[in-house]
Amino acid sequence: MPYRSQKKSIMDNKDYISVYFDDEDPMLQALRRLKENNLTIIDVLTPFPVHGIDKLLSVKRTRIPVGGFIFGALGGILAFWFMTWVFTVSYPLIIGGKPFFALPSFVPITFEMTVLFAGLSMAAGMFLRSKLKPDIRFKPADERITDNMFVIVIGSNANTTRESIRTVLSGISIIEIR
Amino acid sequence: MSIFQSSLRKPLIEGKKSYQEITSQILDPLVNKPIKLWYFAITLSGGAMLFGLLMMGWTIWQGIGTWGENRTVGWAFEISTFVWWIGIGHAGTFISAILLLFRQRWRNSINRSAEAMTLFAVICAALFPFIHLGRPLLTFFIFPYPNTRLLWVNFNSPLVWDVFAIATYFTISLVFWYVGLIPDIATLRDKLRKGLKKTVYNFLSFSWKGSARDWHRHEVTSIMLAAIATPLVLSVHSIVSMDFADSILPGWHTTIFPPYFVAGAIYSGFAMVLTLLIIARKLMNLEDFITVEHVESMNKILIATGSIVALAYITETFMSWYSGIEYEQYMLQNRMTGPYAWAYWIMIICNVGSAQLLWIKKLRRSLLFTFFISIVINIGMWFERFVIIVTSLHRDFLPSSWTMYKPTIVEYGLLIGTLGIFFTAFLLFIRVFPVISISEEKSILKTENALQVAKEIHHG
Repeated sequence: MPYRSQKKSIMDNKDYISVYFDDEDPMLQALRRLKENNLTIIDVLTPFPVHGIDKLLSVKRTRIPVGGFIFGALGGILAFWFMTWVFTVSYPLIIGGKPFFALPSFVPITFEMTVLFAGLSMAAGMFLRSKLKPDIRFKPADERITDNMFVIVIGSNANTTRESIRTVLSGISIIEIR
Repeated sequence: MSIFQSSLRKPLIEGKKSYQEITSQILDPLVNKPIKLWYFAITLSGGAMLFGLLMMGWTIWQGIGTWGENRTVGWAFEISTFVWWIGIGHAGTFISAILLLFRQRWRNSINRSAEAMTLFAVICAALFPFIHLGRPLLTFFIFPYPNTRLLWVNFNSPLVWDVFAIATYFTISLVFWYVGLIPDIATLRDKLRKGLKKTVYNFLSFSWKGSARDWHRHEVTSIMLAAIATPLVLSVHSIVSMDFADSILPGWHTTIFPPYFVAGAIYSGFAMVLTLLIIARKLMNLEDFITVEHVESMNKILIATGSIVALAYITETFMSWYSGIEYEQYMLQNRMTGPYAWAYWIMIICNVGSAQLLWIKKLRRSLLFTFFISIVINIGMWFERFVIIVTSLHRDFLPSSWTMYKPTIVEYGLLIGTLGIFFTAFLLFIRVFPVISISEEKSILKTENALQVAKEIHHG
């Protein structure tokens, strides 16, 4: 099933049909029915993460954790290399007669930098991939989505109209179709 | 959909709500004007904050000679308060990270405020190294940067580890908190009609749409941040404890310090969360979301961590006798019967005695008693740091330099002032952001409502 990321102000566009539900169970039921009928589902907007949606939309698992691992490893290596360079090359200092390359005492900072890099990169990854950015002109598709509305956005064409969707979804409790 | 854990478990959200009711009940107190009690509370905390800022200014203007420290007791009140605040800052990330990994549903209505509390507590703590320096303008000396002296900081020192640990902890806690906050800010944005407030929340919501793919990334990122924050929580207070444990002073030089400090930190942190939540549920009308079940669960953690702390006290006593070192033995004897014995016994009564009372179910489920005991525990935990630091220092190896330490008004002012900053920040926070995670509450609503129905049938 094709799944495109949501475009800006899709609700204004005539090519889209939005089906509104006030509960996740009928919404999931409808999603299954639409999938059986091979209809193009553009997006599903929900007020909270509904489990089971990912599978129905065949959303691929995000690679954010992989990025986190890479950047975390990078941060750790960078911190460890830097401390080693400082104490063996840049300015070797005798501290309490201990060796210059004092491996155990480099561990805490290496760990902290690993966590810092991994955490920041994963958060940055989420913001970038989901295109989350501060925008005062942003208009939500519908203000009820963050409250209690579950919306399935379907791509429309000559065969897929509001009426045909209504027939496909007969028996499922729908609030409205736009 | 519904997962039954046990028909005996009580629902975490009371009153069989709808999604809409959750949104409006959490957001209404934010949209409406605050109640009288809130104004009273913020006046009180604001006053304390001003007094503290005055004392901070006086310290920086006059120098740290305004404090009671002397040559023998070079670390005392301020470092105790610093460690106390860092400890309090541990519960937030414990609740949001460790309890998320363990899938503890009851964390959902307390994690937001606990995380905010973490941030404010860490800010209060971070003020102390700043004013400790005497010359705050030179704070940048503690960061490794290429300088004209060609000298780097000492990466072998736990004090430098501390800079990294606390900076990382604050950053990751802030990111974690804000990532969780975004969908709820979007809810608030859509609830508001027009005006400046809406524009500000629109900006802060990062144009959150609630798309399935965004939720997927949001969930994965949250759980991954929790996974890396979990060892981070444990590392921060371990490193703070090494500020002491890496020295050779009797009373500080013990290997038990890291776990002992971490348990103590979570203990005092949970006590502070309880203090704040019992206030917040009253101020913001959140009785249906922060229920007696939540309080009881937290009280159980207080029993566990309180008992670990008690065990650490016992181990410390045993080890100082068993070590066979006369300095260690004298240190403990002096701690228990010396001039600071009062502080030691306050610590024992507040920390060991109080948590054990929570074995009694009636007390554990009493809000009033919990509120009282949470304050007692925090007093006890402050004294723990004071006892560890001052009693170990004031009688050192050289009897001719034995002395006493007495805090000055300026030092009391710093403690009161940070309390003021902390409570003012928290009171402002509960007016500005949703104090309970709305989307997470909605995601457990079905199960909790089903539990409520099942319970009604069960009880006929």
